[in-house]
Amino acid sequence: MAISLGFHIIYSCIGMVMPLFMAVSHYKWIKTGDPVYKNITQAWSKGVAIFFATGAVSGTILSFELGLLWPKFMEHAGPIFGMPFSLEGVAFFIEAIALGFFLYGWNRFNKWFHWCTGVIVGISGIASGILVVSANAWMNNPAGFDYINGQYLNIDPIKAMFNGSWFSEALHMTLAAFSSTGFAVAGIHALMIARKRNILFHTKAFKIAIVFGAAAAILQPFSGDISAKNAAKKQPAKLAAMESYFHTQRYSPLVIGGIPDTLNKRVKDGIEIPGLLSFLVNDNFKQPVNGLDKIPKQNQPPIAITHITFEIMIAIGSVMMGIGLLYFIALWKKRSWLTKKWFLDLFILSTPFGFIAVEAGWTVTEVGRQPWIIQGIMRTSEAVTPMPGIHYSFYLFTFIYFTLSVAVIYLLSRQIKMVPELYDRKT
Amino acid sequence: MLYIVITFLFLAIVLYFLLGGADFGAGIIELFTSGKNKSRTRKTSYQAIGPVWEANHMWLIIAVVIMFVGFPVIYSDMCTYLHIPLLIMLLGITARGTAFAFRNYDAIKGERTQNFYNHIFVYSSFITPLFLGIIAGSAISRQIDLHATTFLSAYIFSWLNYFSVAVGLFTVALSGYLAAIYLIGEADDDTDARRFIKKARFMNILAVIFGGMVFLAAELENIRLAHFIFGNPISLIAVIAAAISLIMLWVMIYKGKKKIIRVFAAFQVTMILLAVGYMHFPYFIMIKGSENLSLLTLHAPPKTINDLGWGLFIGSFLILPSLFYLYYSFQKKEIV
Repeated sequence: MAISLGFHIIYSCIGMVMPLFMAVSHYKWIKTGDPVYKNITQAWSKGVAIFFATGAVSGTILSFELGLLWPKFMEHAGPIFGMPFSLEGVAFFIEAIALGFFLYGWNRFNKWFHWCTGVIVGISGIASGILVVSANAWMNNPAGFDYINGQYLNIDPIKAMFNGSWFSEALHMTLAAFSSTGFAVAGIHALMIARKRNILFHTKAFKIAIVFGAAAAILQPFSGDISAKNAAKKQPAKLAAMESYFHTQRYSPLVIGGIPDTLNKRVKDGIEIPGLLSFLVNDNFKQPVNGLDKIPKQNQPPIAITHITFEIMIAIGSVMMGIGLLYFIALWKKRSWLTKKWFLDLFILSTPFGFIAVEAGWTVTEVGRQPWIIQGIMRTSEAVTPMPGIHYSFYLFTFIYFTLSVAVIYLLSRQIKMVPELYDRKT
Repeated sequence: MLYIVITFLFLAIVLYFLLGGADFGAGIIELFTSGKNKSRTRKTSYQAIGPVWEANHMWLIIAVVIMFVGFPVIYSDMCTYLHIPLLIMLLGITARGTAFAFRNYDAIKGERTQNFYNHIFVYSSFITPLFLGIIAGSAISRQIDLHATTFLSAYIFSWLNYFSVAVGLFTVALSGYLAAIYLIGEADDDTDARRFIKKARFMNILAVIFGGMVFLAAELENIRLAHFIFGNPISLIAVIAAAISLIMLWVMIYKGKKKIIRVFAAFQVTMILLAVGYMHFPYFIMIKGSENLSLLTLHAPPKTINDLGWGLFIGSFLILPSLFYLYYSFQKKEIV
């Protein structure tokens, strides 16, 4: 399941954001009449089609997987947190319809109608993403029911959907989708510019992608701060594990880097900044933050994984923010940088950064919730299917996702390879 | 509100059988078309289903979502005891959907890669409805045993029996039939149209044979299918209506009415599903030796059903008009 979601999260990030890039380029084409933008739109729309097809089947797999692997979880949780899923089904449906119009509608419809269908693809994609994340937020911060003597009573799916964490998680994920996809798309186009292929085409494509990517990367730390404050309130175990913060103390320190040593309850080789954690969580340097010692051993998540993936996410996020700032400096003050080799290399290098950070962040939120599948209510071990031999299904799902990813990468590389042949003649 | 949700569930399942089924059928037809006509068939079916196929498959997602939000206990039992066929069906859906998209969006149309996609597409188009039918058959075959003690009886014989397999084959034939009827109206010229008519006849005969096998298997497995269908006025009327419309359909084909026949074909399949659905209602899954799983008792709490109903209701206002417009826009205009 975790692996399926790990793949799916990347398909969906791209599926959420690419249509909007496509719509921006499409808008520019309609406004300026510059055929390069039309080519970019069409080239990207093929990417969108590939990702939508993959995302759609992978979403179908997931909706079954929930039941196939976690029947007990779904039996109880379905009626409570299913609302966003049903709405997501609707949003996804609309996206599929709009995509049909968009992909097959060239020269068939009024150009603004056609443009609108592309925009609807983008909006419903983002809406689906937010809805699904809100379901995940519910697992972290269950709401909308009363848990009395092992019974789920007074269920209110709307309250469950707007649980205390939905906003912070949705914001964080949407920005992550924009920055990771923006950087990845920009990186690929930067590589093509560096190789001196279709420079005009790739430069314009690069610009659209990176403006979104950089802006989102700069905003992301603020949303991260909101998320962390929320975790401190609702999931103290997760926050403590993220920070590898073992002993509750005043002037709680923030630990940067290092490897947590769970036996001796300390972090090896990390840099401690006293008071900073208190400040980030409570807005003052003195007030203590609850550490792992406040949490019973059997309710603690795996500390090392949570801490290290968290550090990876923060490190990459900071680098991406830096690169994002650099881009805007270049755009406004130092235009000469834009064509420099080192500048392009920087973006080529950072192509996978966003997705690595997304995977790391996903690991933080899921591993950090363990041993619970529903925070404080149901343990993951109670939720798994009773069918024996379940690991075979697990291998099969892993195999499917692995194959899908290889196929998608293969197809995209072929798309990129064909850019000169497909789009040169027209320009 | 519960009845509204059940109606949506039934609607989503019927539409998935009709639209998704016709999609699978396009692959099945391709499988049964000989070498030189293959690429023409492929071209026609691509033109016909290209813009709409993603939307056709959304009905399955809607049905699944209604199941796990509205009827979680039934969904959970289904996923546990029919784990294996569901898994195979998913594999089929995945392989088929991606192969279809990839063969059109692969920028380099190499012969070997295209052949590879085609193979995956046609075989998975066969496997998926087969297992879809097996799952549907298993739901009413009374072979699911909540007290099973061995792996085989709990997870294998729940779906591997004559009846379920016969329903699976019947579903395959019906899908092929739906697709052939649909494609008659999409054909570029008369030769193509005649070929699709031949295919439709072939699939129709297959469907009748497999349909007979379903009844035979039902007798073998002690499922009183015939008794239920013919002993229940609504189901009986539905079956008779389907039979009449089948005759009308062939009359129309020979009169050259290429669009109206779709309505008849869709009507037949809907009637078959209605007959089966009605005779089992309110049971969704029949259980061996204990109480069947009923939609009327094993549903989510009222508040959830209420919200789900509203969600679906509002959603359908957004979905249905745009979906109709999509089909309308990409209809092949009648050849003048």
